[in-house]
Amino acid sequence: MSSTDIAIHQTDMHHGHDEHEHHHDQNFFEKYIFSLDHKVIAKQYLFMGIAWAFIGGFMSILFRLQLGWPEATFTFLEPILGQWVQNGKLDPEFYLALVTMHGTIMVFFVLTAGLSGTFSNFLIPLQIGARDMASGFMNMLSFWIFFLASVIMFISIFLETGPAAGGWTIYPPLSALPQAIKGSGTGMTMWLISMALFIVSQLLGGVNYITTVINLRTRGMSMTKLPLTIWAFFLTAILGLLSFPVLLSAALLLIFDRSFGTSFFLSDIYIAGEALSQTGGSAILFQHLFWFLGHPEVYIVILPAFGLVSEVIATNARKPIFGYRAMIGSMLGIAVLSFVVWAHHMFVTGMNPFLGSVFMFLTLIIAVPSAVKVFNWLATLWRGNIRFTAAMLFAIGFVSLFISGGLTGIILGNSALDIQLHDTYFVVAHFHLVMGAAAFFGMFCGVYHWFPKMFGRMMDEKLGFVHFWLTFIAVYLVFMPMHYVGIAGFPRRYYNWTGFEAFNIFTDLNTFISIAAILGFAAQFIFLFNFIYSIFKGRRATLNPWHSNTLEWTTPINPGHGNWPGEIPAVYRWPYDYSKPGAAEDFIPQTVPFSQTQSSNLPQERVLE
Amino acid sequence: MVANIDNNTTGGIHPLKFSLWLIILSIVMMFGAFTSAYIVRRAEGNWLEFDLPQMFIINTVLIILSSVTMQWANNAAKKDNLSLVKIMLALTMLLGAGFLFGQLSAWDNLVQNNVYFGGTSSNPAGSFLYVLTGVHGFHLITGLIFLAIVLMASFKYKVHSKNMLRLQLCTIYWHFLGGLWLYLYFFLQVNH
Repeated sequence: MSSTDIAIHQTDMHHGHDEHEHHHDQNFFEKYIFSLDHKVIAKQYLFMGIAWAFIGGFMSILFRLQLGWPEATFTFLEPILGQWVQNGKLDPEFYLALVTMHGTIMVFFVLTAGLSGTFSNFLIPLQIGARDMASGFMNMLSFWIFFLASVIMFISIFLETGPAAGGWTIYPPLSALPQAIKGSGTGMTMWLISMALFIVSQLLGGVNYITTVINLRTRGMSMTKLPLTIWAFFLTAILGLLSFPVLLSAALLLIFDRSFGTSFFLSDIYIAGEALSQTGGSAILFQHLFWFLGHPEVYIVILPAFGLVSEVIATNARKPIFGYRAMIGSMLGIAVLSFVVWAHHMFVTGMNPFLGSVFMFLTLIIAVPSAVKVFNWLATLWRGNIRFTAAMLFAIGFVSLFISGGLTGIILGNSALDIQLHDTYFVVAHFHLVMGAAAFFGMFCGVYHWFPKMFGRMMDEKLGFVHFWLTFIAVYLVFMPMHYVGIAGFPRRYYNWTGFEAFNIFTDLNTFISIAAILGFAAQFIFLFNFIYSIFKGRRATLNPWHSNTLEWTTPINPGHGNWPGEIPAVYRWPYDYSKPGAAEDFIPQTVPFSQTQSSNLPQERVLE
Repeated sequence: MVANIDNNTTGGIHPLKFSLWLIILSIVMMFGAFTSAYIVRRAEGNWLEFDLPQMFIINTVLIILSSVTMQWANNAAKKDNLSLVKIMLALTMLLGAGFLFGQLSAWDNLVQNNVYFGGTSSNPAGSFLYVLTGVHGFHLITGLIFLAIVLMASFKYKVHSKNMLRLQLCTIYWHFLGGLWLYLYFFLQVNH
């Protein structure tokens, strides 16, 4: 905190800042490592997210190998996995660890930190017209605590007893008792420490995002002139702020159960005929606490993708977003509802059927705002002047995945149907389509679209097309068959299913899914190559390569710290004036006052001239 | 650090103050989780009933007094009565430390009454009490650190009517910690 008299000197300091951008030379560490600049922090999050995504993706390939070829020997994996492969067979406990870490990494480290961390940091100040986040220091702290959490989680993978293996939902008693499974030993301890740090990091980030959106908008940028991206990031941060502390509470109680002999979640457990000392705990209590975070978490993952996709679709369809206020309203509705549906993850825990019905109704209501959003995206695309850029393809792909994944949500939300489908591959298919693949598509869409603003260069469009089509096809080839085996009752998290008569018939289908998964994973290396190559050798970007309306394109091609060299531009209109009848061009940036666009002003806008 | 805060921004409240309210909100959610877990768990039975330590009453008085002195320091700074600011801040710290000390002796008292945090003879009823007071105590320590920083600044004449932000933030946080304890105390009285 600066010790100067803030109230008096604020204005003066600011002018100094405006006039010469870099009044002192930053050294390498200040500029690229411990940077306070939101754009650098965003890139740091992006690089970490991509690194984690490849680790998490590679893990899924490992367990898909086991599922696709259950009888095969994997001696060729010994060089990487060492003792986890015994006589060419994957260790069953290591399989569980792989599944757990794949979930943890993808949900938290990639799609929460990597997605929100990158785009909230990058776009919030640029699109609302602020020089940086409300607190650059807290922002930097947020990233480095996340980095520390990442390091701890990464080291846990290499423990002799393996990383956490109780599933990403870490239900006790399995996760609480080291005697139960190797992964519940040191691996679980490190998981909890890493996640506690992760939560702190997300809270610091979220506080900053909310404060910045509320306090630092430029002149004229009212809440109803904000791009939908900002609305999405804003609501995401609020969800995180309200739900992550609850997970911290649950994690803390679990830590006490594991290390201090309390019995919050443990009761009447016998191991090898010996009763444990803990009595009086409730394992279901943990599930309530976990899913109170866990359900908002899936919206923390998907809301930023909503925002990015809305922006990209409007820009590339050259049409105003259909139902701007309905889009905000539906996001608000989803955000509120996300807090009152958590128990639909727990229909089979023996809960009161009446309570189950209440949660079922609340869950099904989410279909309404979700359908509003889908309708609005399709209506925006309808008869638009569509430009199929790589980002646009991923945005349309997102809408497709969100529809196909969302429909099965209506099925799973029914407490009666869930009894059959619970913990089968139907669930796996549902959430991978609707929040896994869809959020990834949102992320890709964001990276392709804002890459020129991040690095001053363009990504290769042709490689982008190849990446899109391979990924899109692979995603459907992987997850569509999973619905089918799921309805047949094929359970998730099983290492070996060949011993069950009922599931033996799905061998070919499982092999097919695994081949598709490998294809999809391989396609990501095209993206990685394109990404790294374009940073250094990509075609140089122009100031506003997509002819977009939002404020970030009014900054220099490579904006410095402070974003705008001169004064921050004021905002006069909403961000979706695309193809407005009577306008000279098919886009009118937010910074153009109505007085300059008299030919295109609508009757109600004449008074603003 | 405040260089990025423009004077043409929209909100009326200072961004750091707003951030503090958000942090407070997240702490509220954390205690909301603990206390609702407490209620859910208690309803399931097998719940040890015991008397709350007598110290809690004294501690409650201490923390209310510390809020009074904190507010006093805040008002004194507004009137540029700098020596009173220092006295009141120091008094607040003393009262806060006294509260923490009292909480420790309350724990001592609990152990003497065979109410344990963990181990074979513990019950979630006792464990929850330790967690609620412990996590509150942890936040109170962060409040004391914040107070110490403001106190040091006041000795360097950096706390006065034209430089109130730091003191205001500290006051808000301290009142919140007091209010949080009152809530917890009330909650424990009712659900016991």
